[in-house]
Amino acid sequence: MIKFFLMVNKQGQTRLSKYYEHVDINKRTLLETEVIKSCLSRSNEQCSFIEYKDFKLIYRQYAALFIVVGVNDTENEMAIYEFIHNFVEVLDEYFSRVEPIDEFPKICSALEPQQACFSPDSSSFKGAASTTPIY
Amino acid sequence: MVVPSLKLQDLIEEIRGAKTQAQEREVIQKECAHIRASFRDGDPVHRHRQLAKLLYVHMLGYPAHFGQMECLKLIASSRFTDKRVGYLGAMLLLDERHDAHLLITNSIKNDLSQGIQPVQGLALCTLSTMGSAEMCRDLAPEVEKLLLQPSPYVRKKAILTAVHMIRKVPELSSVFLPPCAQLLHERHHGILLGTITLITELCERSPAALRHFRKVVPQLVQILRTLVTMGYSTEHSISGVSDPFLQVQILRLLRILGRNHEESSETMNDLLAQVATNTDTSRNAGNAVLFETVLTIMDICSAAGLRVLAVNILGRFLLNSDRNIRYVALTSLLRLVQSDHSAVQRHRPTVVECLRETDASLSRRALELSLALVNSSNVRAMMQELQAFLESCPPDLRADCASGILLAAERFAPTKRWHIDTILHVLTTAGTHVRDDAVANLTQLIGGAQELHAYSVRRLYNALAEDISQQPLVQVAAWCIGEYGDLLLAGNCEEIEPLQVDEEEVLALLEKVLQSHMSLPATRGYALTALMKLSTRLCGDNNRIRQVVSIYGSCLDVELQQRAVEYDTLFRKYDHMRAAILEKMPLAEQDGPQADEEAKESKEAAQLSEAAPVPTEPQASQLLDLLDLLDGASGDVQHPPPLDPSPGGALVHLLDLPCAPPPPAPIPDLKVFEREGVQLNLSFIRPPENPALLLITVTATNFSEGDVTHFICQAAVPKSLQLQLQAPSGNTVPARGGLPITQLFRILNPNKAPLRLKLRLTYDHFHQSVQEIFEVNNLPVESWQ
Repeated sequence: MIKFFLMVNKQGQTRLSKYYEHVDINKRTLLETEVIKSCLSRSNEQCSFIEYKDFKLIYRQYAALFIVVGVNDTENEMAIYEFIHNFVEVLDEYFSRVEPIDEFPKICSALEPQQACFSPDSSSFKGAASTTPIY
Repeated sequence: MVVPSLKLQDLIEEIRGAKTQAQEREVIQKECAHIRASFRDGDPVHRHRQLAKLLYVHMLGYPAHFGQMECLKLIASSRFTDKRVGYLGAMLLLDERHDAHLLITNSIKNDLSQGIQPVQGLALCTLSTMGSAEMCRDLAPEVEKLLLQPSPYVRKKAILTAVHMIRKVPELSSVFLPPCAQLLHERHHGILLGTITLITELCERSPAALRHFRKVVPQLVQILRTLVTMGYSTEHSISGVSDPFLQVQILRLLRILGRNHEESSETMNDLLAQVATNTDTSRNAGNAVLFETVLTIMDICSAAGLRVLAVNILGRFLLNSDRNIRYVALTSLLRLVQSDHSAVQRHRPTVVECLRETDASLSRRALELSLALVNSSNVRAMMQELQAFLESCPPDLRADCASGILLAAERFAPTKRWHIDTILHVLTTAGTHVRDDAVANLTQLIGGAQELHAYSVRRLYNALAEDISQQPLVQVAAWCIGEYGDLLLAGNCEEIEPLQVDEEEVLALLEKVLQSHMSLPATRGYALTALMKLSTRLCGDNNRIRQVVSIYGSCLDVELQQRAVEYDTLFRKYDHMRAAILEKMPLAEQDGPQADEEAKESKEAAQLSEAAPVPTEPQASQLLDLLDLLDGASGDVQHPPPLDPSPGGALVHLLDLPCAPPPPAPIPDLKVFEREGVQLNLSFIRPPENPALLLITVTATNFSEGDVTHFICQAAVPKSLQLQLQAPSGNTVPARGGLPITQLFRILNPNKAPLRLKLRLTYDHFHQSVQEIFEVNNLPVESWQ
């Protein structure tokens, strides 16, 4: 199960965060800083899966943006990895560049159906552009 | 003057523009104040904008709870833009812990039943994110209705909401179970995906559901087969694989259904083989599907051929250059190693390669897997690799690696020497990270390997001479040097190049350990004890050792001080017992609690007091001629009954154990001398374990008015017997029944020759010096028969 989904830039600032389990607000910032630190310190040759406390972090870097997903043990890491990429492609499709500054509410709603239980509903991602009305 | 409120975009830009954290906080606080004011005024037009800004601020980590009520208002409004932001806010700000969340139940209900599709979608989303148990129960029927609606958009969301509800309230599974079968027939992938997830949840939570859904295995197999064999479809394929997410999900469900169930597993076998062979593995999507397939094969009761296929796939993954795949392969191989050990062994070389990875996650997995793969045939090679790894691995893995190596060495060591070498190597490289019982294990091991004593002590000495910072190593080395110091100095050991070690060097090294600030108190204790033991093993002068010991008698550490004082007392008063106490230790029991030094010492004391072979005392142990004076009776020997407690713990042990256990038939005491109030009594003890031994306690008492001073008692026995006199408790007996002097005679009578005893007494009494020589008559027969 997905625990959280973060988009962070290289300076460590959170651009988007979505938690699927309740985490206290002050713990969130702490969690984010730690997660970001571990992802930023990885080099290109290292694998994209990190073990952090009791979750696994799967991250992917796109230019200046890191997308990090925290999952528990039962997930297929490679499927999540693929999912991250899928998500980015969906965003790309909508907004034609991956920079979710402005469309914060829209992105949040785009994320909803995909992650309520990690079944990326925009599996037909091109179809998602038309069928999933993102407002 | 109304200040027009910022649009969200502008706010974001402003926040981005802030250069420091403090500036950002300022901007946000100002804006929050505006927002609060606006909420208070109840401006309906811009409310959604204010809330959107608030949500952004919340995401950055600032408190935003005052927006909760506004969410409600926005949800209740009829405008779509309001509802959208309102529901989003509800998802982010409200949660189960605050009662406010229940207030939106009604709004959701209305929206679900009467809203247009997008609105229904929003409501479902919110429900699926933050729906609490009560809300779920209330709204379950609505959701169920929506499951069967024609529009796929709403149905998808309804299914996902159902998944969430099942998670929160498992009893609702009865509500959501029936529609599943019908939903499986859908063609829309989104719905299928949702349905499969729903079925997975149901099966995980209830065995009844599991049985129910086993019936649909053929259907699932069919769906998957179509997916796999279907050609390229623009809508669903990702890098050449058609809908990998759906495939993965179906495989996961098949795994759950097939677990421990022969029939379903059989149905799946062909399909799994087909998926495994047909999937294109050049891209990540294909690999993801393949990985899931392997996991499924491992979990169900699959045919042997299929399992071998799975292991081979994993082996291929291991050789892949992409690290993600290697990581995943290592993790699954670890799971497999229990059940298919031999299959995994084939990939051992590759696994060992992965140890050299720079990536921390990979090397950790590789380490675990390598440790699991060690068996008696490959132990030497594996150990070499692992030891090389230990030297270069990151610190957080060191402890695991060290303990893993030690465990494996214990289980599979081909020879004792190899075992000792391995442990030594681990201690030198990663000494600080080993577990506490490693020291005890090693000392145990060395103690047991008699033939390797010289070798071990020499190696340990070399290691210690180089580096005294690794505490476990220092402790073991100190113990060894103490125990086998004589072997160290003896010089020759054929397994290692000869090294001339000087006594002074050894002592200097131990003193260095004692003084080093890196040494833990326990280590110092070891070093001190080792020094003491060396006092008997080395043939040189003991002054240096005595000096060190007496220095530590005033050490601040209580344990050290106690030891030092004990040892000092040993030097001063009980010198004749020193060698016996400090002789080589017997091997402690393996399976008892950790044999600590105290236990070993008390064991030795027990050996001493029982009629063990007479230790070689530096003082005279035989008195052949009555006129030979006893030499160096410098100490006091406390006899049973003990008179004062001595400062040392070891000596208390000695005293606690009776010098001789009570004999079966006590021999009566004998009064042998009486003169002017001074009496001499003999009491006899024959310990049952040693029939040749006779212990005579001579007690001198004084009932006169004058003190007896300079009291000396000597004895002689026939030549066929051996006599040993121990030091008397004193040489003064105060007047009027003062503290008597006691002295112990040990007589060894192996031939059971008749006992004859001649005594000579000299003392001063009433300012006169008295000398008496007499033979003891009436010695009881039991004393020598």
